[in-house]
Amino acid sequence: MALLARLASLVVLLVLWQAVSVYADVRTLPSPAAVAAFIGREAQKGDLFFNVGITLMRVAISFVIAMSLGCLLGIVLGRSKWADQILDTPLLVILNTPALVITVLAYVWLGLTETAAIVAVALNKLPNVAVIMREGARGLDPGLEEMAASYRFDRRTWIGNVLIPQLQPFVIAAARSGISLAWKIVLVVELIGRPNGVGFAINYYFQLFDVTAVIGYSLVFMTVMLAIDTLILQPIDAHVRRWR
Amino acid sequence: MLMSAAGVKSAAGADAILDRPAVAPLLRVAIARKVYRRAGTEPVEAVRDLAFEVGPGEITCLIGPSGAGKTTTLRILLGLDAEYEGTVLPDPAEAGIAMVFQDPRLLPWRSVEQNVRLALPRPHRDKNLDALFEALGLAPWRSRYPGALSLGMQRRVSLARALAQEPRILVLDEPFVSLDDAAAAGLRGLVVAAVARFGTSVLMVTHNVDEAIEIADRLLLLSGRPATLVAEVPLDTPRAERSRSWAEATRRGLAGRFPNVIAD
Repeated sequence: MALLARLASLVVLLVLWQAVSVYADVRTLPSPAAVAAFIGREAQKGDLFFNVGITLMRVAISFVIAMSLGCLLGIVLGRSKWADQILDTPLLVILNTPALVITVLAYVWLGLTETAAIVAVALNKLPNVAVIMREGARGLDPGLEEMAASYRFDRRTWIGNVLIPQLQPFVIAAARSGISLAWKIVLVVELIGRPNGVGFAINYYFQLFDVTAVIGYSLVFMTVMLAIDTLILQPIDAHVRRWR
Repeated sequence: MLMSAAGVKSAAGADAILDRPAVAPLLRVAIARKVYRRAGTEPVEAVRDLAFEVGPGEITCLIGPSGAGKTTTLRILLGLDAEYEGTVLPDPAEAGIAMVFQDPRLLPWRSVEQNVRLALPRPHRDKNLDALFEALGLAPWRSRYPGALSLGMQRRVSLARALAQEPRILVLDEPFVSLDDAAAAGLRGLVVAAVARFGTSVLMVTHNVDEAIEIADRLLLLSGRPATLVAEVPLDTPRAERSRSWAEATRRGLAGRFPNVIAD
């Protein structure tokens, strides 16, 4: 039923888009059919898979880096008052630095390289992860801590059965909000200083004023990211919450 | 204070005094002072001069008004709070104490069985718990998550977790509050049966005097904050012979002697 509702809204959206584009009949609003045709051509040439693949790669690497470092940092901040006092301000500074500034600085300092691109994306996303994880680590149930202490849980048992299960919902929240953030930033980073990827392609077609291509690329990539969320992250989320 | 405790003992039953010192206590608690200090607030003295022992195979009830420092005392003898003046012997880590907390404190993301097993030391995780689950009526629930159980059943799991340790002393913090009468009576019966079967000593904190009179071998009456020992009252009538009228008479007697601790 829920799936049906989703599909219906999608169909309505497509029909509306088609109708408006036919009615307006301007170059800046291509019809869904034109966009689909572009996607087909680009896929046949192989450019589509190459660009989407390389962007996905960048998203994946920077996502893993930002998640692992951000989780560690967040747990330390949440568990140690001292660390929190020292690192809170720098964290706020990075959190409030525009993605564009971090990207430009990364390219200036590290050169127009793959490393700079990855660092820029990871650095943009890391503070978000750390802040979410800090909340999680702060909110550990003191009753369970006492229980674990009174039953003398060893470290491994505590981490696996007391700490991690309490942090899991926060990790999932950070991952789901983080992955959409990461791919948006990856596009900016590619647009500024990479010779390939979806961001590069969009910039290229923008200069040609090819709106069909711009919409085509973003649609494909959005679909990929949606699929990752529905097929990977949501099932993990459901698994983690199975006891509720 | 020691005088008054001794006085009550001799009034209640002479043979109890004769055989009691012969058995070494499992736990000696002597808290001279416990003060909570928090920046920006007045220090609060929670416990003062509280000393008692837990002997083998007996049920001891700590009775006192709410907020009197009973839970503080339990945290100290469990080794969860080391900032106090006094001694607990043997060291809580070696005393063989298992705790049943007031709220069940189960891991909601682990099954009933896992909750019981995870609290065991690693080498004993695989031991056979069939008899224990059967005795507590938990056998059909072993693979369920605690969230699917009623509060009464969760308390049973919490009790199972403690009994699985085969403790020398079972410590219970208000284990029967907010249960309906039937569930409370059922759980009380399980505790008493465990004592009879395994020879476990029980130290139970409660503010329910009737409940304590029903099952205790000995009552420790505490004053309000700071908690201090007012009297130690042995109840020598065997549990099976305790009638309703006996319980009422005992309660009236206690209320007459200690009007500040026990209401009539």
